[in-house]
Amino acid sequence: MKFTLKIWRQKDAKAKGGFQTYTVDNISPDTSFLEMLDILNNDLVHKGEEPVAFDHDCREGICGMCSLHIDGRAHGPGTAATTCQIYMRKFEDGATITIEPWRSAAFPVIKDLVVNRSAYDQILQAGGFVSVRTNSVPDGNAIPIPKADADESMDAAACVGCGACAATCKNGSAMLFVAARVSSLAKLPQGRVEGARRAKAMVAKMDELGFGNCTNTGACQAECPKAISIAHIARLNREFLAAKFED
Amino acid sequence: MALKLDSKIPAGELAQKWSNHKAAIKVVSPANKRKLDIIIVGTGLGGASAAASLGELGYNVKVFCIQDSPRRAHSIAAQGGINAAKNYQNDNDSVYRLFYDTIKGGDYRAREANVYRLAEVSNLIIDQCVAQGVPFAREYGGLLANRSFGGAQVSRTFYARGQTGQQLLLGAYAALNKEIAAGSVKSYPRHEMLDIVIEDGEARGIIARNLVTGEIERHGAHAVVIATGGYGNVFFLSTNAMASNGSAAFQCYRKGAGFANPCFTQIHPTCIPVHGDQQSKLTLMSESLRNDGRIWVPKNIEDVKAIRSGAKKPSDIAEEDRDYYLERRYPAFGNLVPRDVASRAAKERCDAGYGVNETGLAVFLDFKTAIERLGKDVIKQRYGNLFDMYEEITDVNPYEQPMQIFPAVHYTMGGIWVDYNLMTTIPGLYAIGEANFSDHGANRLGASALMQGLADGYFVLPYTIGDYLSHKIQAPKVDTKTAAFDEAEKSVKERIAKLFAINGKQSVDDIHKKLGHIMWENVGMARTKESLEKAIAEIQALRKEFWKDVKVVGTADSFNVELEKALRLADFLELGELMARDALNREESCGGHFRSEHQTEEGEAKRDDENFVYAAVWEYKGMDEAPELNKEPLNLEFVHPAQRNYKD
Repeated sequence: MKFTLKIWRQKDAKAKGGFQTYTVDNISPDTSFLEMLDILNNDLVHKGEEPVAFDHDCREGICGMCSLHIDGRAHGPGTAATTCQIYMRKFEDGATITIEPWRSAAFPVIKDLVVNRSAYDQILQAGGFVSVRTNSVPDGNAIPIPKADADESMDAAACVGCGACAATCKNGSAMLFVAARVSSLAKLPQGRVEGARRAKAMVAKMDELGFGNCTNTGACQAECPKAISIAHIARLNREFLAAKFED
Repeated sequence: MALKLDSKIPAGELAQKWSNHKAAIKVVSPANKRKLDIIIVGTGLGGASAAASLGELGYNVKVFCIQDSPRRAHSIAAQGGINAAKNYQNDNDSVYRLFYDTIKGGDYRAREANVYRLAEVSNLIIDQCVAQGVPFAREYGGLLANRSFGGAQVSRTFYARGQTGQQLLLGAYAALNKEIAAGSVKSYPRHEMLDIVIEDGEARGIIARNLVTGEIERHGAHAVVIATGGYGNVFFLSTNAMASNGSAAFQCYRKGAGFANPCFTQIHPTCIPVHGDQQSKLTLMSESLRNDGRIWVPKNIEDVKAIRSGAKKPSDIAEEDRDYYLERRYPAFGNLVPRDVASRAAKERCDAGYGVNETGLAVFLDFKTAIERLGKDVIKQRYGNLFDMYEEITDVNPYEQPMQIFPAVHYTMGGIWVDYNLMTTIPGLYAIGEANFSDHGANRLGASALMQGLADGYFVLPYTIGDYLSHKIQAPKVDTKTAAFDEAEKSVKERIAKLFAINGKQSVDDIHKKLGHIMWENVGMARTKESLEKAIAEIQALRKEFWKDVKVVGTADSFNVELEKALRLADFLELGELMARDALNREESCGGHFRSEHQTEEGEAKRDDENFVYAAVWEYKGMDEAPELNKEPLNLEFVHPAQRNYKD
């Protein structure tokens, strides 16, 4: 297969970026999208040009490192898949593919397609944890948890923190990301103890970092590589409101 | 000068060793902990749990990772589960049984005392993770669920769907975030350790490169902990993450830390087969699939040919024409034999010509029987995400046709030598998790990597590091303006400048692929004296080629992935040779190390317990010098090595 690639190149955070066009040829349909970029990069190195910088690591759809807007869609044409899980058979032979970094003010570009997502770490540092010390805990089976609750907690906990939700949201909102963590812990007795504090602290931090508000367009859910439901946003809202009423 | 290998294994009965040791070692008072600095490199299960626990104790911790967030470390990709001796299933599990299975699974090449301690603290890990809000799978009664894993006849594996590593890491990362918020831990993402600084024979800090700006930084501490995982990417193609590397461990080795059993590599039996020469990465299919999946190849070579040509589908092959070779050879464990055994058995069938894809390097993993027995919904609930991933990658629906699988490099049991306190041969320098060598012997059992990472980080290191740091309470903050730091920084900068200056014709990946090919062909699933000698010569030649002909584009003072890869490959090119040398020295077969010269009549690994019940600990002598072999005798006191029997 052969492709024309329009790729966003930007030297560093301060430089002005722009699209550059490349072509790749002899690509097998079984090649992954990122392997296709590896092939392009190897060619660029041979020509003495700087390869395209992009984030990636596990290539199994779980580390959350890979990103990219591909033809305007976060994580490209797949559903419930990260960019590393997209294979070239998804594209038509001869297609022109546009590749951009995450489009979000909260994730500034570091270089080319690599962005800074430390805002997500900061939100979790504000309260995305259970305050238990190492070795000061009861037996794992001391508190039975209904299977349905544990399953729902796990549904939310599947979030890989990739940033697609905020990057795809027209408001640049991180609500799905925040909701996933809040909701996952809210469904478990271990997380309930600090539930109110957590919801308030994480929402406040999200606002402080410049993420936008949620207007329930559902775009985040559509592009989430782990198909996390916006029902978790409803739970976050309930947790947040209940916490505010307690104040 | 030979290495001083004092394992510091406490005296006494196996079950009392850890308790006795904890009672005997020193502790540091809260007031003094505040004055002590610890550097942790790596934020996987080991690094994150250690950083969180040490920060909580009151030490000043700096934690470094190469990814953009600590949450991305490769522990996150572990799928199947984590072992613990809870005996929640009432199937007569116990700490002793977990210990015994682990020692036996490792083919009697691990330290008894370390493995027993690992089994002992395994239960605490589950309690800890539950309290952190890890959503483990549960039964309808609300209690924790278990599944079975290879090398065990009990159900002791705890799991969170096919994302156990992710959930445990998010638990440890959350604990870490709690400490970052509290100010006891400072996080340095997108930073790579490029050298360890030793002064007066003790670890004093590291030289790190800020991967965004390219700046070379000095960081001092009273102790340094290496938690950077394994070095499987020496093979180029492996299940490890793309950036996983052996460089931090290698810097320690280069500066004098012993490196133990480098040849002990785990080849995982259930990975998606290689599809062409443009592939960058292999994908693992969880061992948990072997709970319900049955591994087979056709009995008749005609059927093999028909499948390869597309004339027949695997589902067309009648039951009686299938060779469920693991069930045939190992009736007692069947499809749940340990990884090394399953991998070799797949290789045996493929070498005999029964491989089922066009390259002849694949076998089937079939869910037909399980779907008939349990229904598609149950299978979907258990393995849905893995089945989806398989279909995404291969374009084949595994509910209808069996998966094709083949072994691939997955984990390295070898690593930096550590004593019972997890300290290396360099005082003040520790290694935990996959980065050390201590617990898995010659083969790691499934669901034991997560257990070891968290055992070391939550429950072992936080106690044992105090014994060393108790001697440092009078020591001032480490001065990073000393000659040792000057020299380390200078050597790092020179190394980088040298790489740019070569300006050759081959990309880093070109050479890395060549190295991977040499390793897989000669230091892979089966090794011989000839293949290993060939590998050593070829790697030496390739290393020369690298230093003459590699092309590193870009600049040193910017975000530069090519430079990162080149620095890591330079170390792999030495590490690969070390692995081959170790494999050459070990004239026996054990666990993942299979020397074709040493096998039983039935083709099983044949150990030599007369001569090789030791950890081979190598001492660096220079890039083109042969390293020196030191031996730590393993003195098995409590278990009696027998040929591993998974047949009855």
